[in-house]
Amino acid sequence: MVHPTEYVPKSYHPRVSTYWWLGRWAYAKFILREISSIFVAWIVVTTLLQVRALKAGPAEYAQFQAWLATPWVLVLNAISLFFVVFHAVTWFNLAPKAIVVRMGGKRLPAAAIAASNYAAWVVVSATVLWILLRGTR
Amino acid sequence: MTNRIELSVKRYHPENDQQPWFESYEVPLRKEWVILDALNYIKDHLDGSLTFRWSCRMGVCGSCGMNVNGVPKLACATFLTECAPGPVRVEPLKNFPILRDLVVDISDFLMKLADAKPWIIRKVEKPLEEEYFQTPEQVEAYKQFSMCINCMLCYAACPVYGLDPLFSGPAAIALAQRYNMDSRDQGAGTRMDILSQHEGIWGCTFVGECTKVCPKHVDPAGAIQQYKVTSSIEWLKSLVLPRGAE
Repeated sequence: MVHPTEYVPKSYHPRVSTYWWLGRWAYAKFILREISSIFVAWIVVTTLLQVRALKAGPAEYAQFQAWLATPWVLVLNAISLFFVVFHAVTWFNLAPKAIVVRMGGKRLPAAAIAASNYAAWVVVSATVLWILLRGTR
Repeated sequence: MTNRIELSVKRYHPENDQQPWFESYEVPLRKEWVILDALNYIKDHLDGSLTFRWSCRMGVCGSCGMNVNGVPKLACATFLTECAPGPVRVEPLKNFPILRDLVVDISDFLMKLADAKPWIIRKVEKPLEEEYFQTPEQVEAYKQFSMCINCMLCYAACPVYGLDPLFSGPAAIALAQRYNMDSRDQGAGTRMDILSQHEGIWGCTFVGECTKVCPKHVDPAGAIQQYKVTSSIEWLKSLVLPRGAE
């Protein structure tokens, strides 16, 4: 901070409140998007634990499934699903800001970039679903 | 009288005040009046000591940026009727030190702007009689970023700048990108050295509010994210081709 002198006038330096993000919905939404990464990490850890249980054998996997069915894990996973979808949707909607594609000298509209991200999401999800369902037959 | 509106204006006189305070004024509510007209009415008729910056009255000079009802706006481009029935809260631009009333200290921004080197850098200059031609596509590549009027609304909207004053900030980075994208410029590498630091592009957490408040649709958030992509590609290139990344 510069101290006032004959040539530097005195000024008031406002402090940013710890709760700055509660002032506007846009800021709160940003913080929610940041927090969503915790739930994304939780889903990743759960999936890794699931793979480990699968490898350990049927008894271990049945125990893991029973743990998944406990009320607090169900609630946590429901909240996580909301945040993971929120994370994905906000991310895809922001993608056109970073990706600039020019075709015929013109920049592709933001909607086209976002749509291609959503299309890739659907394709990857459908492929995973197909692999999983194929395994159940 | 019904056709009046109340303005609650933040005041700060460094010679007397320890911290800012609000003063209310009642001004005529005219449909063709913007916030700047109301402030000039206050200065001319109610309180000559009210201090604020303004110049062009038409959204070109970027002098009259202030927070109106908590949102950074140009006072000359915000109609009183948009804010009716009031009271309208008028404050100096957030995240800057307040010098007096609605006037903020912009020296930090000016230093950051100079650091971004927002001018054409050439390794070899052409002789004066030769021209630098550009196709419409080459102009289109940077035109959006060249619309910046240095009004600093984006800095007032950016919580990262508020929390970390070392952050280069949206407009400086957008203007660096404006010259990086210019086919006549050869200074991208020089700017990259400064802006690829943590306090440069990587300080941005993509809140995106800078783009929303920009009165000229410059999209500084887009400029920063595109800069991040370029910086990452350059970093990868320097790993794969350590000698030939230029």
